[in-house]
Amino acid sequence: MIQGISIYEILTITTTLFFIGVYGFLTRKNLITMLLSIELILNASAVNFVVINTYLFPENLQGVFFSIFIIAIAAAETALAVAIIINLYKLVTSVEVEDTETMKY
Amino acid sequence: MERIIFYILAFIMIFFAIKAVSSRKMLRSVIYLLFVLIGISGIYFMVDYSFLAAVQLAVYAGGVIVLIIFSVMLVHHIELKLDATSLKQRIIAATLSVVGILLTLYAIFTYQFSPAENSIIIEVEDIGRGLLSVDDGGYILPFEVISVILVAVMIGAIVIAKGKKLEQ
Repeated sequence: MIQGISIYEILTITTTLFFIGVYGFLTRKNLITMLLSIELILNASAVNFVVINTYLFPENLQGVFFSIFIIAIAAAETALAVAIIINLYKLVTSVEVEDTETMKY
Repeated sequence: MERIIFYILAFIMIFFAIKAVSSRKMLRSVIYLLFVLIGISGIYFMVDYSFLAAVQLAVYAGGVIVLIIFSVMLVHHIELKLDATSLKQRIIAATLSVVGILLTLYAIFTYQFSPAENSIIIEVEDIGRGLLSVDDGGYILPFEVISVILVAVMIGAIVIAKGKKLEQ
């Protein structure tokens, strides 16, 4: 735990980061910038896992494991999303949400 | 001292997060996100989880950001500005976000957390043992599932990005 910093202050910051990510997800119209907002949301929740682990249950390690899994899944998701976006750009030459209106069939 | 560093980190993270979701130049918002991720790894360092901080720096700052920068450069002209979102949509999103923040903060501040007194420094070998143990509370199964997911994602990304040529 951090000297002189209570759990409330860290949770306030992660909450703010989470909802900044939500705001970005709602306002952006570009697929890549929406992906950035999702990264913000995932990171804020990973910090929450670690902080609650280290402040409330320092003898356990569950928060660390879940953060590692969140980071791994976020990296996998980003790789797949980037592949889909590049393929989409080859098909419709745009990465705006409005232009991606047809599915394959 | 730690208070000051924490508040500086918090200010940097919030400021650059707002810049990252509001900047109209795409490459810049990716770089602002990089600052946020480095700030988060600073938080991990401050709570003494150096392994997680190193993973955060390596995977996010080293991997994810580079991947996103590549995709930005492939699909987007750098000089081009993104279309501005309509004011109505921005106001609705901002209202929803502020209401969400207030609700969550209300829930957090009315709940009585009971922080533990002692703080234990976590060694990397404890994390490794926990991830690979098959006893009760061991995390070997999700660990293996994650490795299968990573292989599937690698193959899937290659197949998807390669496009139509594979079918012929």
